[in-house]
Amino acid sequence: MTVGYQTAQSVPSSRLRKLLASAPVRIVMVLISFVWTLPSAGLLISSLRPANDITASGWWTVFSHPFEASIWTIENYVQVLTAHGLASAILNSVLVTVPSVVIPITIAAFAAYAFAWLEFPGRKLLFTIVVGLMVVPLQMALVPLLRLYTQIDLNGTFLGLWLAHTGFGLPLAVFLLFGYISTLPGEIIESARVDGASPLTTFTRLVLPLSVPVIASFAIFQFLWVWNDLLVALVFLGTKEEVIVLTARVAALVGRRGEQWHVLTAGAFVNMAVPLLIFFSLQRYFVRGLTAGSVKG
Amino acid sequence: MTTSAPAQTPPASSLSRLTTGPLRILVSLIVPLITFLVLRWAFIFMRDANASKIAVGVVALVIGVGGVWALYLVTDNLVSILPDRVRESVRPFVFVGPALVILTAYLIYPTLRTVYLSFMDARSQNFVGLENYAFALTSSEMLLALRNNVLWLVFVTSIVVSLGLVISVMVDRIGRWEPIAKSFIFLPMAISAVGASVIWKFVYSFQPIQRPQIGLLNAVYTALGGDPQGWLIIKPWNNFFLIAIMIWVLTGFAMVVLSAAIKGVPGELLEASRIDGASEIRIFFGVIIPYIRGTLITITTTVLIMVLKVFDIVFVMTNGQFETEVIANRMYREMFSFGNYGHASALAVILLVAVIPVMIYNVRSLETSRR
Repeated sequence: MTVGYQTAQSVPSSRLRKLLASAPVRIVMVLISFVWTLPSAGLLISSLRPANDITASGWWTVFSHPFEASIWTIENYVQVLTAHGLASAILNSVLVTVPSVVIPITIAAFAAYAFAWLEFPGRKLLFTIVVGLMVVPLQMALVPLLRLYTQIDLNGTFLGLWLAHTGFGLPLAVFLLFGYISTLPGEIIESARVDGASPLTTFTRLVLPLSVPVIASFAIFQFLWVWNDLLVALVFLGTKEEVIVLTARVAALVGRRGEQWHVLTAGAFVNMAVPLLIFFSLQRYFVRGLTAGSVKG
Repeated sequence: MTTSAPAQTPPASSLSRLTTGPLRILVSLIVPLITFLVLRWAFIFMRDANASKIAVGVVALVIGVGGVWALYLVTDNLVSILPDRVRESVRPFVFVGPALVILTAYLIYPTLRTVYLSFMDARSQNFVGLENYAFALTSSEMLLALRNNVLWLVFVTSIVVSLGLVISVMVDRIGRWEPIAKSFIFLPMAISAVGASVIWKFVYSFQPIQRPQIGLLNAVYTALGGDPQGWLIIKPWNNFFLIAIMIWVLTGFAMVVLSAAIKGVPGELLEASRIDGASEIRIFFGVIIPYIRGTLITITTTVLIMVLKVFDIVFVMTNGQFETEVIANRMYREMFSFGNYGHASALAVILLVAVIPVMIYNVRSLETSRR
């Protein structure tokens, strides 16, 4: 930033001075990063220790003899996945999450395209209403929907939960996708129309492929939201063994009397594994998606 | 033409090529009928699922994902048989229709209904006027929850935003280590609130005085000479131990957004101030802060909204016991523990009323920043 300004001075001393000046900042940053990571590190390490060790000594004691094989075990993971039913909860979470991401994206993309490029009466008003619904916290919908679901037997079904996540995710999805799709160059869309392409063709062949970046961002956001969600899943899916999702399962483990830390730590890490994987592999989209989606109701 | 559609959707384009005139119309009517019947069958199959979970899962994924596409392709095809005049004015509604139907069912209708229910008794049978609101705003338990929500709002928001700001300024100056430091601090954002709660429950874990402390906080505290504490049951300070969790989660988010804004401050502007002899602190408050003001406001309001609706952390950590109740958790308990739908609805309305102004502000500034 200040390169031009510094060339007047002798280069080595200025570099040294710069390094010295930034030393406190570096130290503080290392400290903050350390403190921020410590709790998660403790969880990960503990989840790999034998159950008795976890309660007998702090997880940090492993560093005194970290290469002794007897202090590490994957038994906790085996146990949570089988005896505590996390394996089936993972399957349930996948069954909940995939459609809960794809359905709102599809519906929102069609709607955003229509709002951006098709003429119809009431377009502006309808769009305002759709985006305006972002202000509604999903808590507003819980009581009436729960009752409706009980009446039509949708309670405790995956279908019911997908539709709920679709409904709650739609305003934000339409808002984000519209913001992107409406800025696509009009000439392309116009020329497709002139060439005789139907709106549907224009949408599937042209608009959708061009919108991949914003769709990816929203998909990651919605994926994390649904995967990490507890409230909506508890309300509409419940805690029956056949349908319970991962977050609810882990939350139930916490509630048990007498904290079984070997189960809890491994369970929590199983719950975190997929998001962390996405975080490290798709970091850029991840950050973009989360920041764009943060206004979700 | 429909390459992106899943295999089981009707091949609308080849059909329309093969057929003409009345036959085409017939096909256009039969195909949707079949589609709707299949979707209906799938709906019932999934609802009353006694079949094996894998089977349900496969059907669920195929129908859930493919079914939506089928719906659009079929209705679009259906519209194509309409006379030219009407066709193009109907078609947009094929595109926005499903979104509007779902939003009506899942947000508009429930919102109106919740407002209505908030004036009814626990079982929604008798009109009780403002009784639920009186409970929500004056009962001692609710006053406690409201106080806690205010604590959360004030402390989480102010600390997250200022810490995020300070870190984003510092992280800008550590050169090639910047992405790594950012990853470490942003990482908690990826974790579910349930996961974060377990992590921190472990940090706050408490063992009797003679036993070795396995919780990080008590280990540090006893090493410094204190007696082990059950952090989550010390009123009112336990609230702050819960608040710390949300700060831990959200700081990285504030940092990333603010860091992007700070990088947008033009270098010439900073250089000019330095040449004018302004100190770094003056530059920070006089140049950087005014420049990123819009982002600061957005991030503050965003965090405010997230904090207002805080649920998972409290639910998992204490379930509102030991005077840590908050509105959203209380609402859940009113629904499922007490079965009082009047109270629950009134609490939801209070959340809505609190969120609306912040949210409107937020969406507006998002829209202007986009232009």
